[in-house]
Amino acid sequence: MANPAVTASQTGPEVVAALEPVDNAVLGLWIWLSAEAVFFASLIGTYLLMRTHTNHGLTPKQVFDLPVTLVGTLTLLASSMTFAIGYAQLRAGRLARFRSWLIVTVILGLGFLSFQAFEFTGDYKRGLTLSSSPFGSAFFTLTGFHGMHVAFGVFWLLSLLVYSFRPAFKTEGVTKAQVAGLYWHFVDVVWVVIFSVVYLLGKVG
Amino acid sequence: MAATTERIPHVIPRSDAYHENKLLSWLSVVDHKRIAQLYLMAGLLFFLTGGIEAFIMRLQLAHPNGHVVSAVLFNQLFTMHGTTMIFLAIMPMLIGFVNAVLPLQIGARDVAYPRLNALSFWLFLAGGLLLNSSWFLGGAPNAGWFNYVPISNPPYSPGLGVDFYDIGLQIAGIGTLMTGINFLVTLVNLRAPGMRLMRLPMFAWTVLVTMVLILFAFPPLTVTLFLQTFERLFGAQFFSVAAGGNPLLWSNMFWIFGHPEVYILILPAFGIISEVVPVFSRKPLFGYTSMVLATLAIGFLSFMVWVHHMFTLGYGPFVNSIFALTSMMIAIPTGVKVFNWLATMWGGQIRFTTSMLWAIGFLFCFVLGGMSGVMLAIAPADLQYNNSYFVVAHFHYVLIGGTLFALFAGIYYWFPKMTGRMLSERLGKWNFWLTLIGFNITFFPMHFLGLMGMPRRIYTYAPGNGFTFWNEVSTFGVFILAAGILFFLVNLVTSLQRGEKAANDPWDARSLEWSISSPAPPYNFAKIPLVRGADPFWLEKMHGNGHMLPAPGQEHHHGPPNTVHMPRPTMIPLIIAVALLILGYGFIYHALVVEIVGFMVLAVGLHRSMFTPDPGEYVPIEEEPAEEVGADG
Ligand code: HEM
Ligand SMILES: [Cu+2]
Repeated sequence: MANPAVTASQTGPEVVAALEPVDNAVLGLWIWLSAEAVFFASLIGTYLLMRTHTNHGLTPKQVFDLPVTLVGTLTLLASSMTFAIGYAQLRAGRLARFRSWLIVTVILGLGFLSFQAFEFTGDYKRGLTLSSSPFGSAFFTLTGFHGMHVAFGVFWLLSLLVYSFRPAFKTEGVTKAQVAGLYWHFVDVVWVVIFSVVYLLGKVG
Repeated sequence: MAATTERIPHVIPRSDAYHENKLLSWLSVVDHKRIAQLYLMAGLLFFLTGGIEAFIMRLQLAHPNGHVVSAVLFNQLFTMHGTTMIFLAIMPMLIGFVNAVLPLQIGARDVAYPRLNALSFWLFLAGGLLLNSSWFLGGAPNAGWFNYVPISNPPYSPGLGVDFYDIGLQIAGIGTLMTGINFLVTLVNLRAPGMRLMRLPMFAWTVLVTMVLILFAFPPLTVTLFLQTFERLFGAQFFSVAAGGNPLLWSNMFWIFGHPEVYILILPAFGIISEVVPVFSRKPLFGYTSMVLATLAIGFLSFMVWVHHMFTLGYGPFVNSIFALTSMMIAIPTGVKVFNWLATMWGGQIRFTTSMLWAIGFLFCFVLGGMSGVMLAIAPADLQYNNSYFVVAHFHYVLIGGTLFALFAGIYYWFPKMTGRMLSERLGKWNFWLTLIGFNITFFPMHFLGLMGMPRRIYTYAPGNGFTFWNEVSTFGVFILAAGILFFLVNLVTSLQRGEKAANDPWDARSLEWSISSPAPPYNFAKIPLVRGADPFWLEKMHGNGHMLPAPGQEHHHGPPNTVHMPRPTMIPLIIAVALLILGYGFIYHALVVEIVGFMVLAVGLHRSMFTPDPGEYVPIEEEPAEEVGADG
């Protein structure tokens, strides 16, 4: 066994053989995220195809409200940062601080979701709906799926929080948090792309 | 996932209920070998379902103006036949082989995520059952296996059939994606010491590339199924032209998935042939490195050809030419493979076992299918072939003559390792020859019918069309084909009960799975083997003492001596799959309560699966049966 760190932590079922340069969970998550990237790429491609098909109704320029979106965006970006800080605390062995930062992260995640709920209700009031035009369909599908990923992330982080009170967390907490964090940052990065491709481009073009 | 040392008591009692009660033991299964059996059995059942559907269609087409089924039912039959065969029969049976063989071949004790593996199976089964339940709930989908819009849009497909298609495939597809992730991690992390990439058996290589294809091809399918679900259930406007939607979006998304999908179906088959041919030729695989490169090239190219399914949709000569060229290029690495198999047989001591016969039959029929593929790839010519029986002939040559024959080669080859018994060679020969002859009589005439202009997916034709003779021949062939399959079923049932007991290495084979007992023990390898070269078991038989050497420094659990620490059975995967099944019906029927129940079950299942550590259990090592290894098979 080349990697002593792995040997030490390896007390789970020994389906594992020899080479384990990357933890199973971390590697699996990266691979999953690559599939997620293709998933969002397909949705973004769909949106780009449909964004000008407004069915004589509202256009991107008319519906998007950049300042509000910017607040949502910053909230989500901040949540990535707070998670990173919390993770650093965990690595340094300060469990209580990790938990506090995790709670802050969850709150920011919920903040982003409220922004989205606010935005969606506004759009619906103005008449942009899932069925009003291909643009509306593609917009709500893309941002809606992203929002669902955020919601799933919040659920995940909350589970992590609960789990952090179990004794097992002492040894495997870092990996569990690392995996959750990877996911959380990924969802964040996707939003940055959506912000540029949907909102900025929508205001410009 | 891994638990801590402190929390694992020294001896964890085996979870007895899950082992003693037969039903519970299957419902909570996590062992890749038993999951493989589930995949193969369920796949076989779906295969028979799809076969019956095909049989009815051939009866209808046997004579002009046939009256066996109505046009409406005929549409449902060809849709369900294609969908079932591709998604619920061939692919699961291939995944079954991957499960049965891959961990053994790389010297692992299971896959990277045993629970996820079980989840993949249950999701496939849930999706398959949901899709097939449509027969009893108002009518099966009827817009073809690629389910083109606008036919599949609400105005033209008002029933629930297409919803069952969308949601059934969605559920099964998520399972397949999980399989992709699982086996990629397994292949990267769980190889035995010394099993370098360039020592991997060819089957493992093809699985590696197949799983990458799954990883990148399934998300577009997931997305486009969602788009259609939203369009049909919630009134979204992606495809309907009236509101400015674009039907070509579906066609493109579907084939961006669909073409890699056909390579997902053929690459593992290439892998099986690459295992069988060397063993029964008593030679190493010819051109191993070129085989690896060809596999990678095929995987890469398969994402660049999807428009060849849409030559007639009007993208113009420039786009069509590019995709014609990329499509034809696939024939190059494929040709490399074919010549490598031939060169492996060249000068070898060939043993014509049933498995080898299937492999040889594969070579002939698959090459025919490849050639008609290249003909179809000639874009201007495809304007003639498209939507005709010529296409039907093509893909049945590659899917039956290719993949199904390889599956048969694989089952005759690995059955001893999977069950501990041999399949009967005598029945096997009947199985092979009848299937081969019946298959060719059924499908070769379809080339002629296509060239004569018979469109696919018509429920009948007029006597004066000139299609009668070859249709009669084709339906006649089906009876022989069915007899061949029947021989297989008889062989399967009788051999399972009283087949000859299998030796550990009945074929004098080359890879790791043959170095352990037949059937493989629950933990596969009592000691993780040390791989000292390519064809590791053969190497030990030739240059060692005929046994695999144990890899140093591998055993370090704190349990009782002479045990292996293995994953513990659990019902969580089944619960998650059931949750998705409930959700699926909830969406199809717009039943909010059902949806909420589904979501709640899902949340509980997900939470438990993420944060309930698997303490595992200690499985005692069985006594190695004393047996002379390397016995000449
Ligand atoms: C040399 C390799 C191949 C080439 C150049 C090729 C080319 C083509 C082309 C151009 C079509 C579209 C015909 C049309 O609709 O007008 C087609 C259809 C098809 N091919 Fe291939 N093919 C090849 C190998 C394979 C393999 C290996 C498989 C699967 C194992 C496969 C499965 C299919 C299927 C299922 C369809 C029909 C889809 C449908 O319309 O329902 N092909 N092929
Ligand atoms: Cu294709």
